[in-house]
Amino acid sequence: MRTAMSRREFLKAAGLTLAVTMTPSGYRILSAAEAGMDEPGAFQPSVWLQVTPDNIVTVVVSKSEMGQGVYTSLPMIVADELEADWKQVRVQAAPAGDGYRDPVWGTQATGGSTSIRHMHEPLRKAGAAAREMLITAAANEWGVPAGECQADLGKVRHPKTKRAMTYGELCLKAAKVPVPENPELKKENQFRYIGSPMPRVDLKEKISGSARFGMDTFVPGMLYAAIARPPAYGAKAISSDQEAAKKVSGVRNIVQLESGIAVCADTLDAAWKGRDSLKVKWGDGQDPGMNTESLERLFLGRLDQEGIKARDDGDATAALNQSARKVDATYLLPFLAHVTMEPMNCTASIADGKCEIWVPTQNQSGVLKTAVKITGLKPEQIQVHTTYLGGGFGRRFELDVVEEAVHLAKAAGKPVKVIWTREEDTQHDFYRPGNCCRIQGGIDDKGNMTAWSHKVVCPSIFARVFPDEVKEGIDPAAVEGISNMEYEIPNLHVEYIRIDTPVPVGFWRSVGSSHNAFTVESFVDELAHAAGVDPLTFRLNHLKKHPRPRRVLEVAAEKAGWGKALTQGDGRGIAMHFSFGSYVAQVAEVSLDRKDGTIKVHRVVCAVDCGHVINPDIVKAQMTGGILMGLSAALKEGMSFSGGGVESSNFHNYDILRMDEAPEVEVHIVESGEDLGGIGEPGVPPIAPAVANALFAVSGIRLRRLPMTPAAVLGAMKKV
Amino acid sequence: MISLQINGKHHEVDVNPDVPLLWVIREHLQLTGTKFGCGIGMCGACTVHIDGKAERSCQIEAGKLNGKKITTIEGLPENHPVKEAWLKLQVPQCGYCQPGQIMQAAALLSGDPKPSEDKIRQFMNGNLCRCGTYPQIRKAIQLAGKEGGK
Repeated sequence: MRTAMSRREFLKAAGLTLAVTMTPSGYRILSAAEAGMDEPGAFQPSVWLQVTPDNIVTVVVSKSEMGQGVYTSLPMIVADELEADWKQVRVQAAPAGDGYRDPVWGTQATGGSTSIRHMHEPLRKAGAAAREMLITAAANEWGVPAGECQADLGKVRHPKTKRAMTYGELCLKAAKVPVPENPELKKENQFRYIGSPMPRVDLKEKISGSARFGMDTFVPGMLYAAIARPPAYGAKAISSDQEAAKKVSGVRNIVQLESGIAVCADTLDAAWKGRDSLKVKWGDGQDPGMNTESLERLFLGRLDQEGIKARDDGDATAALNQSARKVDATYLLPFLAHVTMEPMNCTASIADGKCEIWVPTQNQSGVLKTAVKITGLKPEQIQVHTTYLGGGFGRRFELDVVEEAVHLAKAAGKPVKVIWTREEDTQHDFYRPGNCCRIQGGIDDKGNMTAWSHKVVCPSIFARVFPDEVKEGIDPAAVEGISNMEYEIPNLHVEYIRIDTPVPVGFWRSVGSSHNAFTVESFVDELAHAAGVDPLTFRLNHLKKHPRPRRVLEVAAEKAGWGKALTQGDGRGIAMHFSFGSYVAQVAEVSLDRKDGTIKVHRVVCAVDCGHVINPDIVKAQMTGGILMGLSAALKEGMSFSGGGVESSNFHNYDILRMDEAPEVEVHIVESGEDLGGIGEPGVPPIAPAVANALFAVSGIRLRRLPMTPAAVLGAMKKV
Repeated sequence: MISLQINGKHHEVDVNPDVPLLWVIREHLQLTGTKFGCGIGMCGACTVHIDGKAERSCQIEAGKLNGKKITTIEGLPENHPVKEAWLKLQVPQCGYCQPGQIMQAAALLSGDPKPSEDKIRQFMNGNLCRCGTYPQIRKAIQLAGKEGGK
């Protein structure tokens, strides 16, 4: 990765430079001169591509690399249209700025499994425009028609005269060629990189240990900050021994922040010792009696309330009353922490009318806004360096640690590096919401679903993050995957009950689908068994008009040997879910240790239809990663609360999936040729219900609460 | 002042001897390939070799390592079979836990060049990965064992 360059430096560099901007009539490609013009509110370039005389093609990526492969897949798209040699392509992280906003969102951020979906079209156009300009430059040079020239692996060739020039040789001349308004895009059968398993560009440095994460930032003269934080939500400090903290050698500043009391020191060791010396006494929080059990009671209690209708087809109540068989089930899921392996951190420096921030963030626009607010500087005086992210999963969309670092740099008058401990990271997260559902379903005498009534009680993420997206009181995440389910059920009723607790909630990989797939796909399975129909057949019977979900179910089932003898484990479960534009079905093969209650998942077979594929290896890696994160949550994770705050603190009491628990994963890509779907998140949702359904197949135990711990299994076994 | 032998180089560091090795490596010597994950020895992100054995550097006081040979991810040769297998099988995703995984895997193979699947699972069980690279790590260790044995 090249180090970040400012927009000005980038424009100054000699070569062919292009930007793409979103206009009301579509994308417009701009030359450096055009892009450099100050047109406030007008054309804001959002993609940059540069070909320089050293024969290097630099693609500036405005999306954060958090493991999902955007530093590879996005440049692949440019390189393909450009007909560049992959070896000459370099990646550079975009600074934060209006010029790098996501063309669909109008803000610079990474999330929602959208990077490819949003960037694909402008990137292709930028690459194609540069290719045409390079061809024109070569044709002019040789005095031949452009139509006789070909771009091929970083060179323009004129086959008739066997002449060739490299992009590096042509770039200065190409920069003077008018930018084509509508460059011709390649046809699908002409792709060189798109659709191929190109090796990732970030792995060499990640393997050598030289990759720079936020945690690896060093700024001359910087201080380290450690923050004493309240143990309960809303608790305020009653007393603290600041004199004792100041006596610790190396401690420089003690700063009151909204989030706690910060100690800035020359070394991390001194900052921690200073923080401990504060011996802060905290008052009671806003709800001192809040704990895991009280929260569960609160959630379940809300099921009696009437909610807001999110979908209401037919008459579910009447259809339930008339159904041949009825099933009524209540599900309860916990709050979850993100647990990025790199704990939250940020380094900020404010000096000479300039603010610099180094941060592993998914939200560059938010970082910029935060810094403007705290420093009073203008956006152009602020430089944001997006480092590699040691995991994101939605957590790094939040700005809490950025606020702390910028406040502290301002207060201390020196650069400050804020490093959270694992305990702080676990206890001060914006959690995947806990939630509960009551679902009632009805089947007719032919085994068809006639009615489905679904009440979901869930805190609202959007009310805090994007309040405008909450329409008629409905949080879109709370009902996603339920209100848009594709099963053909004539009477479908979905109702949302918002619940507010002191626990802050945020986006967690696959968001609402992370819990809604579990309840929907577990309940479909319950109805299949009630109807006495094979769970795969039952699903297919209700997807007659929906070929895409059908197909992924069929492929996953076939590849897993559904209905055939097991190779490993004692039983199989299946689940399918649509999220972020992609359909994913998974079959889990599990066994149960009846003595200690451990569920062992041996193998997971996954089928994904994400429309088109840019890099199949990355799709497979993302599916596998999503499955293992979803499995971790399904088997092990759930936040504990006590005394009005968070009890879970580190891996000894909030453990995540480990090597010996990780199954083999087999991913099959179903090419539908439909619109591009996301891949970062859709692998997560189906695994929890697939495992729960497999457990039922193996043991007759239906677990309606997560996580499916050995204790939960043993408890349920006693009741069977 | 403490003295440390890291990647074949001698370092004198002005730090309290009770500071964990991890922080001396990372923040004082700026060898940042070794990562902080939990501080309680339960995630393996900080794994280094001490006299050839995989150890959690967050659990060892820096002042107690006089005369010991410490190797970090930066000190493992680029052509080490584990690093090569990791690249060939494209193991990392976010990459944060990978230096620890690689150091743990290298220690495993130095003691047992052909570990069984079960042994890999047990030996690697203390190294957490949130991105879900475990299946790929298992394959890479087996590949490195084969390549290293040649």
